[in-house]
Amino acid sequence: MKNYLKQLRAQRQWTQAQLAEQLDVSRQTVNAIETGKFDPSLPLAFKAARIFGLTIEEIFQDEA
Amino acid sequence: MNKNSNDNRWQRKLASSTSQLARWTLAWVLTMALATFGPLFLWTDQALWTLGAIVLNTLMGLGMILASIKHLQSLDEMQQRIQLEAMGLTLGVVLVIGMSYSNLDISNLIPMDAEISILVMIMGLTFMTALFFGAKRYK
Repeated sequence: MKNYLKQLRAQRQWTQAQLAEQLDVSRQTVNAIETGKFDPSLPLAFKAARIFGLTIEEIFQDEA
Repeated sequence: MNKNSNDNRWQRKLASSTSQLARWTLAWVLTMALATFGPLFLWTDQALWTLGAIVLNTLMGLGMILASIKHLQSLDEMQQRIQLEAMGLTLGVVLVIGMSYSNLDISNLIPMDAEISILVMIMGLTFMTALFFGAKRYK
């Protein structure tokens, strides 16, 4: 699954640790999501969408 | 926003559950040693003491299991997945190796009796190796 988490985070000048704090996950998990190694659960994707004020589809896109 | 606040909060939460798990595990190991070596070196022919040590060890084991559940719940979803994959692999490896080991013993293809401690060691090594490679995969 493709995502724009890194770009959105960079736009707001947040570190991975700062985003992780808001998502209530570890920094390693934010890094794994950004690099596409780990796909977040639906609740976590919703949380990310809420934080960035976007829809899930605007952050995460299916690559299939 | 404080740059280190997540690390601090995250690490505190995880450190607390890890520390609890470590304390329960240590208590379980020590009471296991007591139940194993107590009848040999500390008391002899005292079945009640031995029973008491075994009951104590079992109680510490139950505490360790509860601490382990709490520890797992304190992990985030990616860390839980790494743990789940490591546990699944460990279960499979121990089942397969354990049955083969038992068969080797039953058919007398090994000179000694099969010991459960060997399986516990294989379990520990498999779990640690799986955790290491699991964490590396998501890095």
